[in-house]
Amino acid sequence: MSTNDLFLIRENRPNLTSTIRTSCGDLLLSQKNNLYRRKLIDFSFRVICILSVMIAISVLAVLLVSVASEGWQWLSWKFITSFPSRHVELSGIKSGIYGSIMVIVVTMITAIPIGVGSAIYIQELMKESKLRSFIKANISNLAGIPSIIYGILGLAIFVRILGLERSVLAGALALSLVILPIIIIATSEALSAIPNSIRNAAIALGATKWQMVRDHILPNAWAEILTGVILATSRAFGETAPLLIVGALSYAAFIPEGIFDYFTTLPIQIFNWTGRPQSEFHELAAAGIMVLLGILLVTNSFAILLRNKFRRKMT
Amino acid sequence: MQDTFIDGQFEKKNRVKPGEQTILLLLRVFAYSTIGITLSIVVILFSESLSFFKEVPLTEFLGTTKWTPLLEPRHFGVLPLVYGTVFIAGGALIIALPLGVLIAVYLSEYASERSRQFLKPTLELLAGIPSVVFGFFALTIITPVLRHIDPEVQVFNALSAAIVLSVMILPLIASISDDAIRSVPYSMRESGYALGATKAEIIVAIVIPAALSGIISSCILAFSRAIGETMAVTLAAGATPQLTLNMKDSVQTITAYIVQVSMGDTPHGTIEYQSLFAVAVVLFLIVVVVNMSAQVVVKHFQRKYV
Repeated sequence: MSTNDLFLIRENRPNLTSTIRTSCGDLLLSQKNNLYRRKLIDFSFRVICILSVMIAISVLAVLLVSVASEGWQWLSWKFITSFPSRHVELSGIKSGIYGSIMVIVVTMITAIPIGVGSAIYIQELMKESKLRSFIKANISNLAGIPSIIYGILGLAIFVRILGLERSVLAGALALSLVILPIIIIATSEALSAIPNSIRNAAIALGATKWQMVRDHILPNAWAEILTGVILATSRAFGETAPLLIVGALSYAAFIPEGIFDYFTTLPIQIFNWTGRPQSEFHELAAAGIMVLLGILLVTNSFAILLRNKFRRKMT
Repeated sequence: MQDTFIDGQFEKKNRVKPGEQTILLLLRVFAYSTIGITLSIVVILFSESLSFFKEVPLTEFLGTTKWTPLLEPRHFGVLPLVYGTVFIAGGALIIALPLGVLIAVYLSEYASERSRQFLKPTLELLAGIPSVVFGFFALTIITPVLRHIDPEVQVFNALSAAIVLSVMILPLIASISDDAIRSVPYSMRESGYALGATKAEIIVAIVIPAALSGIISSCILAFSRAIGETMAVTLAAGATPQLTLNMKDSVQTITAYIVQVSMGDTPHGTIEYQSLFAVAVVLFLIVVVVNMSAQVVVKHFQRKYV
């Protein structure tokens, strides 16, 4: 059996030894009995792999440490509760925080029902058909489209055609387009993890399709679905480009009063400060990043805890 | 849907309660609306850029190499933007590909269960950091270091953008390649051991070739992610559309141009506003072609091992 597997690699080479010899080339096996050298190569390959991992981890560490070291001195309650200002020491992220929260709430209100609903329909209620596989392929394509394209789409549809101007609502709708495919894919995965025996049992007892979904599928899948939704939310929270295109303000010293008001968000505030030449503003940006990463860390760990706690083993 | 009773003949006998009709209809509308999103992307992008191409001939757009849409005299040769986009994304891929594959190899072949449980969330953490944070990282940390090493490096430069992009796509390459490598059956490795090969020889000669389709498609997807990446590139690479091979210089990507125009207040109907849609079409087409090629790779080169 194992020999057959090896033949799969180079079907046209019947000789097993030559398979490996040609693949490794002169580098490895042709050093006939040079075991020492081969072991040295083996060892160094292992070291190179470990080094690559080390590089990735140290980049993450450098990123976090440098952000923290630049930003910690500005991080205070006053920073969170003040509006941005031309004066560094008076500046804060109040408008960004409020704007972000409003945009995210509206985004969730639009994206969650549509996302979870479509996933339920596609995964549970649709029969296997060409249309179904087309919709599924279309959704994975949508997930691969850069968020800035959704920003452009939002600019054309929500800002111009629907006349929402540069409002919270326009930004939130554009953002919900970005995370809709993510929510649908996460929900579909959660649903497909539910074993068929549960569906069959419900149908056998005379439940309608919707009763099956409501009473049997969703109670078993909600934790996984919620995890996916929270992860999508935190993705939306850090998203900058589509909101910038739709016309979020880069400087706003007010709290949006409603969903039709102008707004800015925390990532856009960070972008604005980072883009300025003075290094004091870079420190403000670092402080804003600490707040942003803190929020994301809390939501993401909550999602992961939820998944681990409620994951049911079903076979 | 998996094979269930409801797929079969029992389905018609299933009763449907009156209120459920509405719910089912609503869910159906939701599901079909995803097709509507794709359609509206295509329709909006192409129809809005039509008015752009009424003023700027397609030959100028695709055939000339000067992009100065915001300054008189205006030139609309999109090639420098496309070049900048591919240049930076390609540079990022060159850095991230070996690192990502080696990390995947470590995760799947060498790492103990415990270190895996630590490394996987770490990579996810890296993947979850917003792009604007990476932009800050590039501009305030990577670029100063590069300028310290080589004073010729500009404040905005392609190199720092490529480096930071490579960090952003690293988790994607590592996790997809990891999946591909883990799906190679263990018996194939055992065959290698039986022939007396060392672990490194097995990985290079057996495991990686067997997982190649997954690794290649991870790279293509990472490339497409890098092409569409916006904030980090805008902050790091600047706004100088030019054809240069020098990574120390500033270049402008398609996404950075879109941000540059959006930052100013561009009234509807102006040529700047229309040019947004024209370059967005180019970006959209590049991304779709790249993503499709990833699917082709998976479809035609994937080997199923049982």
